[in-house]
Amino acid sequence: MRVPMSWLRDYAPVETSADDTAAALIRAGLEVEQVERLGGDIVGVQVGEVLEITELAEFKKPIRYCQVSVGDGARGIVCGATNFTVGDRVPVALPGAVLPGGLQIGARKTYGHTSDGMICSVRELGIGEDHAGIMVLPADAPLGADIVDYLGLRDDVLDIAVTPDRGYCLSVRGVAREAATAADVPFSDPAALDVPELPAAGYPVTVGDAGRCARYVARIVRGVDPAAPSPDWLARRITLAGMRPISLTVDVTNYVLLALGQPLHAFDLAKVAGPIVVRRARGGERLRTLDGADRALDTDDLLITDDSGPIGIAGVMGGATTEIDATTRDVVVESAYFEPRGVARTAARHRLPSEAAKRFERGVDTALQPAAAELAVRLLVEYGGGAADPAVTDIDLRVAPAAIKLPVQAVSRLAGRDYPADVVRRRLTDVGCTVEGGDPLQVVPAPWRPDLTMPADLIEEVVRLEGYDTVPSILPVAPAGRGLTREQRLRRRLGRAVAAAGHHEVTSYPFLSPAVFDALQLDAADPRRAALAVANPVSEHESHLRTTLLPGLLASLARNVSRGQQDVAVYETGAVYLPRPGSGRAPRVRADRRPDDATLAELDAALPAQPLRIAIAMCGRREPAGHWGPGRPVAWADAVQVARDVCESLGAPAPAVTAAAAMPFHPGRCAAIAVDGVEAGHAGELHPRVVAALGLPPRTCAMELDLTPVLAAAVDVVAAPAISGYPPATVDVALLVGAQTPAAEVEAALRAGAGELLEECRLFDVYAGTQVGAGRRSLAFTLRFRAADRTLTDDEVLRFRDAAVQSAAGRTGAELRGT
Amino acid sequence: MADYDPVQVSPLDADQLAALRDQAVSAFAAAGDLDQLAAARTAHTGDRSPIALARSEIGALPPQARKDAGQRVNAALAAVREALTARTAELERDRDERALTEERVDVTLPWDRAPRGSRHPLTMIQERVGDVFVAMGYEVVDGPEVETEWHNFDALNLHPDHPARSMQDTIYLDPPDNGVLLRTQTSPVQLRTLLSRPLPVYVVAPGRVFRDDPVDATHSPVFHQVEGLVVDEGITMAHLRGTLEHFARAMFGADQQLRIRPSYFPFTEPSAEVDLVCFSCKGDGCRICSQEGWIEWGGCGMVNPNVLRAAGVDSDRYSGFAFGMGLDRTLMFRHGVSDMRHFFEGDIRFTRPFGTEI
Repeated sequence: MRVPMSWLRDYAPVETSADDTAAALIRAGLEVEQVERLGGDIVGVQVGEVLEITELAEFKKPIRYCQVSVGDGARGIVCGATNFTVGDRVPVALPGAVLPGGLQIGARKTYGHTSDGMICSVRELGIGEDHAGIMVLPADAPLGADIVDYLGLRDDVLDIAVTPDRGYCLSVRGVAREAATAADVPFSDPAALDVPELPAAGYPVTVGDAGRCARYVARIVRGVDPAAPSPDWLARRITLAGMRPISLTVDVTNYVLLALGQPLHAFDLAKVAGPIVVRRARGGERLRTLDGADRALDTDDLLITDDSGPIGIAGVMGGATTEIDATTRDVVVESAYFEPRGVARTAARHRLPSEAAKRFERGVDTALQPAAAELAVRLLVEYGGGAADPAVTDIDLRVAPAAIKLPVQAVSRLAGRDYPADVVRRRLTDVGCTVEGGDPLQVVPAPWRPDLTMPADLIEEVVRLEGYDTVPSILPVAPAGRGLTREQRLRRRLGRAVAAAGHHEVTSYPFLSPAVFDALQLDAADPRRAALAVANPVSEHESHLRTTLLPGLLASLARNVSRGQQDVAVYETGAVYLPRPGSGRAPRVRADRRPDDATLAELDAALPAQPLRIAIAMCGRREPAGHWGPGRPVAWADAVQVARDVCESLGAPAPAVTAAAAMPFHPGRCAAIAVDGVEAGHAGELHPRVVAALGLPPRTCAMELDLTPVLAAAVDVVAAPAISGYPPATVDVALLVGAQTPAAEVEAALRAGAGELLEECRLFDVYAGTQVGAGRRSLAFTLRFRAADRTLTDDEVLRFRDAAVQSAAGRTGAELRGT
Repeated sequence: MADYDPVQVSPLDADQLAALRDQAVSAFAAAGDLDQLAAARTAHTGDRSPIALARSEIGALPPQARKDAGQRVNAALAAVREALTARTAELERDRDERALTEERVDVTLPWDRAPRGSRHPLTMIQERVGDVFVAMGYEVVDGPEVETEWHNFDALNLHPDHPARSMQDTIYLDPPDNGVLLRTQTSPVQLRTLLSRPLPVYVVAPGRVFRDDPVDATHSPVFHQVEGLVVDEGITMAHLRGTLEHFARAMFGADQQLRIRPSYFPFTEPSAEVDLVCFSCKGDGCRICSQEGWIEWGGCGMVNPNVLRAAGVDSDRYSGFAFGMGLDRTLMFRHGVSDMRHFFEGDIRFTRPFGTEI
């Protein structure tokens, strides 16, 4: 809402500057976004008189050389407009003048004459858009007067973002009331008009839906001159408020809307056929609205109709058939109260956030309709030469608002400081409430404050007008807390461990394009393809919610590479969104009481599973090149190792790593990761086709792990180990196995057979070559044993070793090498 | 006394012994390395050395002379051994020092063979905020990002036709009338907390929220908030103000000024916007704060009784406050981040300087 200070001061005689007024309004809760200064940029433009006009005919367009005086003698000025005559008063920019936009005016030679200044159009003065001719001033404009003073161009406009609860501030009246209260000056209500008592013989109207239309006032003005212009002051006010002057009738309805906050609609009386009926739309009805759109109406839409059918969507926009046009002389002015939520639904349905709808959906003053109609009628009569019918239509179906009971102490209790009873009463009266009773107070909200429905609403009014800055600052004392939860602590530990290992965290948008599933070479039946679609995606192609972290992460990786990084390791932790059987549709649940547990469970069942995952991606070198050597390129094993590191950092058991062939990974370099027996994800080198499709560096490696089983398996309380004081005994074994036998299986078999005194089993060499023959390889392990209560003998150790080897032989066919 | 030998054994006289001792000490001192010292040792203390030979002559002395001679020899021998020990230590130290000198390296060589990574500042600011509140006895809670319309709107006192619903451009799952959406605020966690926890409740819920906003330097469809919720007996706006001031000081320093001004949110009444004194101009007005001197940090207020009712809380007995602060904004103010896109593009040059703790 744009509020010119000059207009505001008409209703609230504040003496403070626009900036101070803005500050006071902000303190009272109005969000003044900007104070716009107008007219300050026009310097040296005066009222002049045209003394003589010489038409210069030798040019392609009409050019005039005029003698003009601002009271100090004639001067010659060249002008391209022809809409003025000798004797007219016009704005004259003398040499040295400055026009809006910083345009400097000087004497210059043009069309064969020296133009000693410039005669200005409306647009050149920044007042409006009219540039067809120069601005002809009234004949009584005082010669030589500064045009800024004469036209009142110097003004400040407050630009206010009005919150949904303060619909009344979508009017100068509402803002002025707040300004008057804030400055403690008397408020003169522009709606306090003497509305004449008229016979109820106005235009015939029937309201068929009292719930949606509680008041309908109609007045008729006949004989309005269609050519009559809006008075300058009115045109200027609505222009400053952000509207474009169109015609007297339209401008008057807009003026009333801005001044009072009551949207009006003017019908061309000659085009309305029969009685007006306010009713809901019927199936199949259509209406061409004033914006030219032909709209299919919904049976929930409230309409203004006549014998011809719909002629307007109530409170939203009028219809084309009854539009005011250049021939309209007789006008029906509608001033009604339409129910907010219905208007909001209709405005949203038709995507018509009109100025009228914006006010109705926030709730207009329920007592305002007769005064608003009266103001419009007066202006049409005065400036359009019309005559008001001595009759009125006033259908009043309002229900009196109930009083709110407010214990005086409730204000202090919620705010945390003391407010005496008289302050509470005065502040509620300031905002227009009727306050009766002792304690509790019986408070009837002002008719323009539909947002006041309960004690908390009233408390806010008192506290804000007394100043939020007067509320003291006290830190509440919470009961002793339990600190972070186990999962929260584990997640922090995880992040620190992965970052310390050289990965950089990224946070991607959780949206993806289904096309990325093809790039990832996923099967048609891959469950990751069952991504949830977004109804209104921010970006057209990223239309689904991620079912895997990899696309976002790989995009980050590629972005880093394209920006000149070569060695990149990134990770992300976050939710993926997986549809569950039966999820997707939430039940409608009322919100005026706590739903029962079954209903809450139904609500939750509508949501997809949103498990937390971690993914990493890396390319380039894992160890950088340096004076120590060429570095080490990223390898599949680095990705698998991160999965092991994740588990280790959380104290979860080491994950089971098995060979797998799962997209988007290289079929020979992909590990399935299971934690505590639960499949948790995959790691390895990406499939070359995926690398190519996503434009990644060759040999890019990745891992994605569901953290749910990892967090579940994480150690809670570490059991302290017993530390033996006896020496260890170490023995190495080299085992010949088939080339395809996984080392992890051989190690597991050794561990299983070695007995409980095995302290460590570590693979230290892998050899494949002529010495072991084709199709086989040698795996060499160090076994370390230790007892808690004695030094182990050589015999014992050999026995353990043999048992371990036997276990490996039995499970994997391993043979002890070199015996 | 029959084997009495009247001959004085010359090597055992005092002058002779002193000469032998001095010869040995000089020889040790002259030894330039441990090998030479070993040779000198053999020459001057070995079995064939003059002192050893002199010692063997003691038996030839008359008994009354043996004691004196023995003492003289032992004294000379002790002096020789002491000199040997000292010289040995000296030469060993020299040898070790030489070895260390030879092992000298260039300690300025780089050794960044395992560069460290970094955590995202948005992750760390969430943890830091959590720590500030945990220190006050709060607990940290969370809720789902894909949320029901009931939790995100209805139960927060935003009925289906409420203008505030269209104010926030909500991202709905398809089809939109299924009532499932990406939460537009962390406030649904208020509901989930009140529905699941016994009172009183002191919690914060940092997390990711979503709006249908195009991406630019100061807007993103994905951003982060921290929700605070306190519901207890006797909670007032003064408590809200005290908590926010403490929070602001913990985030931005002890002299950070803050103001609350009346505003509107459906889920709080009274409601307020929270502004911070502009970081750039300290309140004088500049381009960053649109000449206002203040920058919006978030919204807050006293929990609307309708919200308490939807959660089954007795609003006559309990009152509470709630707030929702922008964490992306917090980071931008605190660390001078100029463009929100840096948070989401994943450029490691942006993340790296933040390290693993902020």
